[in-house]
Amino acid sequence: MSTDTAHPVRPDTTPRAAPAARPRRRIDWGKYFTWAVLAWLFVPITFMIAFSFNDVSGRHNVRWEGFTLRWYGQAFAYRDLTEALLYSLAIALLTMLIAGIIGSLLGLALGRHRFHGKNSTNVVMFAAISAPEVVIGAALLSLFLLAGVKAGFVTIVIAHVMFTVSFVAITVRARVITLDPKLEEAARDLGAGPWTTFRLVTLPMLTPAIMAGGLLAFALSIDDYIITSFVSGEVTTFPLWIWGSTRVGIPPQVNVMGTLIFVVGVLLAVVNVIVARRRR
Amino acid sequence: MTITAHERADMSRSPIAGTDPTPAISLHGVSKVYRSGSETVTAVREVDLNIERGEFFSLLGPSGCGKTTTMRMIAGFDDPTDGEVRLTGNDVTGVPPNHRDVNMVFQSYALFPHMSVHDNVAFGLKRSGVAKREISGRVGEMLDLVELGDRAGHKPAQLSGGQQQRVALARALVNRPSALLLDEPLGALDLKLRQSMQSELKRIQREVGITFVYVTHDQGEALTMSDRIAVMNEGIVEQLGSPAEVYERPATRFVAGFIGTSNLLTGTAGEARDGGSDVRLADDHVVRAGTALLPGAAVDMTVRPEKIRITTHEPDAALSRVRGTVTDTVYLGSATHYTVRLADGTEIVVFCQNTSDALEVAEAGSAVWLSWQPQHSYVLPEAHASRPAPHTPADPSDEETHNHA
Repeated sequence: MSTDTAHPVRPDTTPRAAPAARPRRRIDWGKYFTWAVLAWLFVPITFMIAFSFNDVSGRHNVRWEGFTLRWYGQAFAYRDLTEALLYSLAIALLTMLIAGIIGSLLGLALGRHRFHGKNSTNVVMFAAISAPEVVIGAALLSLFLLAGVKAGFVTIVIAHVMFTVSFVAITVRARVITLDPKLEEAARDLGAGPWTTFRLVTLPMLTPAIMAGGLLAFALSIDDYIITSFVSGEVTTFPLWIWGSTRVGIPPQVNVMGTLIFVVGVLLAVVNVIVARRRR
Repeated sequence: MTITAHERADMSRSPIAGTDPTPAISLHGVSKVYRSGSETVTAVREVDLNIERGEFFSLLGPSGCGKTTTMRMIAGFDDPTDGEVRLTGNDVTGVPPNHRDVNMVFQSYALFPHMSVHDNVAFGLKRSGVAKREISGRVGEMLDLVELGDRAGHKPAQLSGGQQQRVALARALVNRPSALLLDEPLGALDLKLRQSMQSELKRIQREVGITFVYVTHDQGEALTMSDRIAVMNEGIVEQLGSPAEVYERPATRFVAGFIGTSNLLTGTAGEARDGGSDVRLADDHVVRAGTALLPGAAVDMTVRPEKIRITTHEPDAALSRVRGTVTDTVYLGSATHYTVRLADGTEIVVFCQNTSDALEVAEAGSAVWLSWQPQHSYVLPEAHASRPAPHTPADPSDEETHNHA
């Protein structure tokens, strides 16, 4: 309720002519706080995007020197940067696919069924999320060394699947829990076998959650630095390349690619929301 | 013993005379025991039922009485621990639900939210491989039957509760099952809608002629809609009979208390004469029962509140009559409900139609006579009379509506 509304007037007790008390304006702290948080979240991204249009001449892209679209034309001028980006994209897509499938099945099992070791599975899942990345990275490296696996593309994918699968599982499980099991019973009752029921009823209802989990895995994978730096071997991913180049100056191409990744990510999220709305 | 074996057999026979004697559904000694850890819970205990073709059959009882479990065993969602389930004569025990020729209407409707009304209704037909053209024809017909022909393209979320309910009904009926199972289908609707859906369901059942098995805790609903009712309590069928039979001649104290309101009088049988008996009540009143009883036997009798007359003057000595004090009156317009306490503390409820002479009687505190025809003191069969009566509120549906699973 806003304080501007007049106090209810009791008939006969208050003469109409009496001047109404001046409504005091209240400062809406909630509104300012919301804008502050939004600014905190979006100002860095805005800077990244703005400086991808910066007409910079020197090595350091830190001062505004005028608008240009030049860097978008020369986005792939550095071959090793382009290669790093392609590696990162391939790794992220594979991670999304593998973690998406394993995580969804895990989430379905945890949300729907009672089985031996369910609790320990939960514990392991949360451990994978909460363990420091440095520890996970170091542990994975020594594991790979011990097993004699050569660090590189495959080990990065294995590592990324390992730390993103829990996020997918938790997202999917949350959805499974809210699903009415009677829907599946209704499908069975109407003549559908277990597989048809899954395909026509369960899976379509889980799709938004699976998509959200997959996108999360993609996003976590593409910008991971710490774990990747342990298990990358000869391979240089996008974040590793940027980190390597900080000493000599980050070229505006990094901003361009960052912007492109951001735009694609936002588009995917929007599509997911629209699909989820439609299905409702 | 007041009900002979012959009479009992009579009561369990359907009033519907089908051409094919094979019942649509029959349960033989069906039990369901749940084990959780060391505890075992018997949800259903050796139930025998024959449900005839084209019959409107109700499973009635309080929550937790086993009625829903019984239905789920017919549908195939639960397997009986013991006994067998037959559909049109074929043993289907252990057959999964998708291979059983029955369809179910769920209490929560369980409509597929991501499909249109049309696709929901067509789901079963597609699974059984019906030709595309036939599917759209049958779906259209069925949606017309439930008066939702213009909503085929809508999503379930865009429909009201009553409309969703009718879609659920259409989705099950379109498959022309040998029996339709309805699990408290009107439970989520408000009172007005529930009443109109009751007659709607009856109309549809008459039109399609399919066996309906109706699970409910609402005795009023069961009485108005059913051809026969199985009253269940604690996993057993307490009584099986037509609505009039379970109401007028309850087989057990539980049934007497659960169906409608009834007054339980306990006493001792006295002299038997003229095909009836005198019964001495706890407060030393002697009333007539319409059944011959063994002298000296302990007797439980019920009298329905609407059979009792309440007067200030002494009634005819040929009637069963008791004296008491009015403790409460509830004026309902067309009728008045009185609560009358007898000398020994027994409370008797009387429903009195407000005809012109009814105004003369009874404010709280006044002494009155209660009288009724001897044949209206219905003596409960002995075998069950010894069972402890479970707690039953005057109208069980009031209490049950909010806490069924």
